Amino acid sequence: MYKGGRIIAGLLLFACLALMPFLINIGKAAAKPSPQVNTPFIQQLTTQTCVEPAAFMKTEHMQLLNQWRDAALRDGKTVYVNSQGQSFPISLENSCLKCHSNPQQFCNTCHTYAAVKPYCWDCHNQGGTSQ
Amino acid sequence: MSVTRRRFLKLGLTTLAGVGGAMALDGFWRGSAEASEVLTDQKALKAKHWAMVIDSDRLKSAENVQRMIDACHRTHNVPDFGNSKDEIKWMGTETYEHAFPGQENGYLNEGIKEKLFPVLCNHCENPACVRVCPTQATFKRPDGIVAMDYHRCIGCRFCMAACAFGARSFNFRDPRPFIKQVNPDFPTRTKGVVEKCNFCVERLEKGLPPACVEASNGALIFGDLDDPNSEVRQVLATHYSIRRKPELGTEPSVYYLIGGGEEHA
Repeated sequence: MYKGGRIIAGLLLFACLALMPFLINIGKAAAKPSPQVNTPFIQQLTTQTCVEPAAFMKTEHMQLLNQWRDAALRDGKTVYVNSQGQSFPISLENSCLKCHSNPQQFCNTCHTYAAVKPYCWDCHNQGGTSQ
Repeated sequence: MSVTRRRFLKLGLTTLAGVGGAMALDGFWRGSAEASEVLTDQKALKAKHWAMVIDSDRLKSAENVQRMIDACHRTHNVPDFGNSKDEIKWMGTETYEHAFPGQENGYLNEGIKEKLFPVLCNHCENPACVRVCPTQATFKRPDGIVAMDYHRCIGCRFCMAACAFGARSFNFRDPRPFIKQVNPDFPTRTKGVVEKCNFCVERLEKGLPPACVEASNGALIFGDLDDPNSEVRQVLATHYSIRRKPELGTEPSVYYLIGGGEEHA
């Protein structure tokens, strides 16, 4: 091969560079997110359940939040009655964050893992409420 | 017997349709929580057409008006940028000739001429801002309140151009660092959205009157314009009232009582 040594060396160099991200991150899988739900408020609850079962909340919370937003903002409906017949005020700050007062350790763990950047906190107050 | 081409295609397509349909149905059912519903709060104040009457005679000094503005801006986390170019206001003040152009004359009594009238979103019956909004971020609720969904606002400012009353402000900068004391019960806004008075819809939902009405010592009257027995109707029936720029046909829901002002002369 004409100038074979250089070609093979070049190819090897290219392969190394192209595979660099994989080589560097070998064996460094991101840890599975573990959202923390042990806030003081949740610990005081007798039955520690969210507005809907945890499995539903895990997969559908974004749709539920969209429903809540439209119901409260557009239709003035501010009470949510869940599938068990319990009612909750529709409010990110006064319902969700009352229990999940630790959005950094709760919301952000999964969102960071999944590289999702919701813009809730651009406007909504993360610090909880006075109520 | 071997499978004919025709039979193979039939079976294959039926299976595909079945699987596809099941997946679509599954997605549909999971889209909303089972057997859940949303209701209106029992405590909420209800009306068919919210309206406000501003009794300018009872607003004797600029401090009276400023107290209402402060109450509003504190409640709604309205930032203070310290310059008029970036200014955000839900409630402001205007002189008579600016608030009611076309109704001024050169010989107005001094009390009226120099008085500062509180101005806010008029929650028009035919809101121009709602007509021009390309995303329906601003909309008219069934109770007459012209509300905003800041999630949807794309900051195009058509509504600001359409509003004849200058009731809307744009967030040219991130407002958060300029809010003196954040009210944790109400969200702030973000850079790039328009904002305005919401007739305290979040307070009405809890059964409370608007913040400015509460701080006005009776100078602002708030109620249902469609209810003949409401206080606003009683006041309008017994006093002479004007509205801002009625000739535009937007039908403002904010009324002003101008009682001559001889006590200021």
